[in-house]
Amino acid sequence: MLRLIPDDTKIPFMRWRTVTFPISVCLLVLTVMAWGALGINYGIDFTGGNLIEVRHKGGPADLSELRKMIGGLELGEAQVQGFGQGDDVMIRLPEQPGGDAAQQVALNKVKDKLGDAYEIRRTEVVGPSVSADLRRDGAIAVAVSLGLVLIYLWFRFEWQFAIGAVLTTAHDIVLTMGVIIIFQLQFDLQSLAAVLTIVGYSLNDTVVVYDRIRESLRKYKKMPLPDLIDLSINQTLSRTICTALTTFMAVLALFVFGGEALRGFNFTMLVGIVIGTYSSIVVSAPMLIFLKLRTGGSPEGVAKSDAAAAAKARP
Amino acid sequence: MLYFSRWKIIAIVAVCLAGILFTLPNFFTREQLAALPSWVPARQMTLGLDLQGGAHVVLEVDTPALVKDRVEILRDDVRRVLREDRIGYTGLGSQQTSVQVRITDQNQIEKATAKLNGLIQNLADTTFGGKPVNDLTVETPEPGLYRLTLTQAGLDHRVRRAVEQSIEVIRRRVDQLGTTEPSIARQGANRILVQVPGLQDTDRLKAILQQTARLTFHMVEDRGPSVLEGAKSSDTEVLYTNDPTPVPVLIQRRAMLTGEELVDAQATFSQQSSEAVVSFRFNTSGAQKFATISQQNVGRPFAIVLDRTVISDPVIREPILGGSGQISGNFTVQSANDLALLLRAGALPATLTIVEERTVGPGLGADSIAAGKLATVIGGVAVIVFMMASYGLLGIFANVAMIINVFFTFAILSSLGATLSLPGIAGIALSIGMAVDANVLIYERVREEQRLGRSAISAIDTGFTRAIGTITDSNLTTLIAAAVLFFLGTGPIRGFAVTLAIGNITSFFTAVTVTRLMVALWVRHYRPARVPL
Repeated sequence: MLRLIPDDTKIPFMRWRTVTFPISVCLLVLTVMAWGALGINYGIDFTGGNLIEVRHKGGPADLSELRKMIGGLELGEAQVQGFGQGDDVMIRLPEQPGGDAAQQVALNKVKDKLGDAYEIRRTEVVGPSVSADLRRDGAIAVAVSLGLVLIYLWFRFEWQFAIGAVLTTAHDIVLTMGVIIIFQLQFDLQSLAAVLTIVGYSLNDTVVVYDRIRESLRKYKKMPLPDLIDLSINQTLSRTICTALTTFMAVLALFVFGGEALRGFNFTMLVGIVIGTYSSIVVSAPMLIFLKLRTGGSPEGVAKSDAAAAAKARP
Repeated sequence: MLYFSRWKIIAIVAVCLAGILFTLPNFFTREQLAALPSWVPARQMTLGLDLQGGAHVVLEVDTPALVKDRVEILRDDVRRVLREDRIGYTGLGSQQTSVQVRITDQNQIEKATAKLNGLIQNLADTTFGGKPVNDLTVETPEPGLYRLTLTQAGLDHRVRRAVEQSIEVIRRRVDQLGTTEPSIARQGANRILVQVPGLQDTDRLKAILQQTARLTFHMVEDRGPSVLEGAKSSDTEVLYTNDPTPVPVLIQRRAMLTGEELVDAQATFSQQSSEAVVSFRFNTSGAQKFATISQQNVGRPFAIVLDRTVISDPVIREPILGGSGQISGNFTVQSANDLALLLRAGALPATLTIVEERTVGPGLGADSIAAGKLATVIGGVAVIVFMMASYGLLGIFANVAMIINVFFTFAILSSLGATLSLPGIAGIALSIGMAVDANVLIYERVREEQRLGRSAISAIDTGFTRAIGTITDSNLTTLIAAAVLFFLGTGPIRGFAVTLAIGNITSFFTAVTVTRLMVALWVRHYRPARVPL
């Protein structure tokens, strides 16, 4: 049978944290810097504007000709982008000054200009009043979901686990955003849905590892915490990799064969799955030690006494 | 854990079969389903606009313009009532939501106070148990100076009404397009979402959404069945009332006034009898015309016609000079509201702006379904192969459970009549990947327990028991994220959240119950010494 992970792995993940933690911190800093320097390439859902997907009747479309046509309409920085077999074209217009009604005017101008040579497959017009709402709702959604999960885990586990899981998830969200920013991918409602799905996926992964750590805490009352965490991660490693692979495969199929409309969503998901898996192995569990550090003393010593205390707390 | 009583086995199998049964309608056409006997489940999933093509338009009531209009009307009203009684005034002006005026003659203060207070309308508000709300307040900051301010409650009421009326108008209009299942709904405080599946001509839709309906006022020549036999004249025509049994009314073809001259119609309470009436109000030119016409036609009935139906044909009892009138006639608060709403529906009550528009052509929708199906099948096959390679026979069990899980998802979506959108397909594909997670957790645990030296049965037993806690925790966290997506998301995102949540819940059932049943039956039958993992 296919064994991707050998049965008795003893990978010293905890020792790796001296490497993985700085890497994570560097990546986080890089993301923030990229955010400041490049900004997020918001899609029209969040900026307002027009998106028109057209198909050229009879063969590939002449993109440079199209650019000239749309550019002549003086509708600001228009993007014209071909995809698929070459006959499909995506036209994006920035938000037009003059409020909601102006967006409609711009759409009609483009439609008139395109004439009969193009089949209009999809149009999206988002006015400024809606885009602002969507931006706010998106931020609220992320915050609320993290808050609820924090509460749930706090009830089910100890507070360190709840904080650890939420920090790990925040780490995953920021890094996923980092990839979106650095590649300047379009960030729209779909990407937001993908980010929220990653919240669910990443937590799922983290919780499985945490569950095992909690179980081990009861079982091995004398084991130093780093060893115990290492053991737990190794025990769940096979599952972590397995599930990551099945999910990745399903989303990869969507990414490759699912059509243009969901490409952004699927790409974000693929990135998120990789980051979520990485973090559940080398970020989330070591984070527990980091969280307990605050009681003072040397890491190893504190970890030991903490493990003992944790064991005592659970008869 | 591995013992299943007979009734439990039957129940689980029955649930699985029900899942398949409720999914089946999706494989047939509507015509085929219609031919089936009524007890066969025949509900199909509705395809979202992105899959079947159609238009999604969000309109917003222009609230600032609405307020501005109201203030202007109020200023005109103040001018009119003061002029009517020849009350001298100065400094008539308006600010954001208020109108101010100074009465010059101290002797007329009392009269002016009464007149200005008379402008207050108490709106019959049905949303808060019918408690009347004053639409404006009259203050006198110093003697002779009056400040009339529109109340926030009154303005809110009007915005709310404007949205309600627009939805009503829009619904009547969109229904005339003849498309199937259009949906028109309020969104937030001042927005209206119009969804028309399958519609290709979105320009026509947008034109219709912004067109004004026609309300007209005509003099009545005669009414009752006799008018049908009467002499026809090119100046008159027969219209019917909107009573349960419509009465023909012979009216003058020429409209003496149209709905464009109407600025307001509200359900109010009659000052005398305190019964519900509908009061309406014309703009300045309409009021003048109405005054002239009513002066010349006292004692004659006139008809209020909406979309060629006579809403009401009261008799003019006295000249109506104030530009406003009342329609009475045994109204309940509700029916008065309805008539007022209809009157107002003549013209859209406020400017509607298109703030969001998403249209998908039917060709693209069909392509999306095809792509989504292909991707889901390929993803599914990849997962199936991987699970078989990793876990052998138990992997096959997991795959069967996963397939049943997909059936459940479809069954629940179909029987809820939920809408399947493109992100919904993504949700299904994603839950295929994650559905096997519970089984992976269980099998890895079984493997571990077996390595620790447990017997096959004991390892399976412990594996299932231990994994359930973890599965619960991990599934619940995903469910929380899905719930947040559902409550805070809109449109397609909600569709995605629904499929994700359903897949999550059903996968819990299939992994824990269906797989366990298969494993238990297998163990009972073959008594394996070792679990082949």
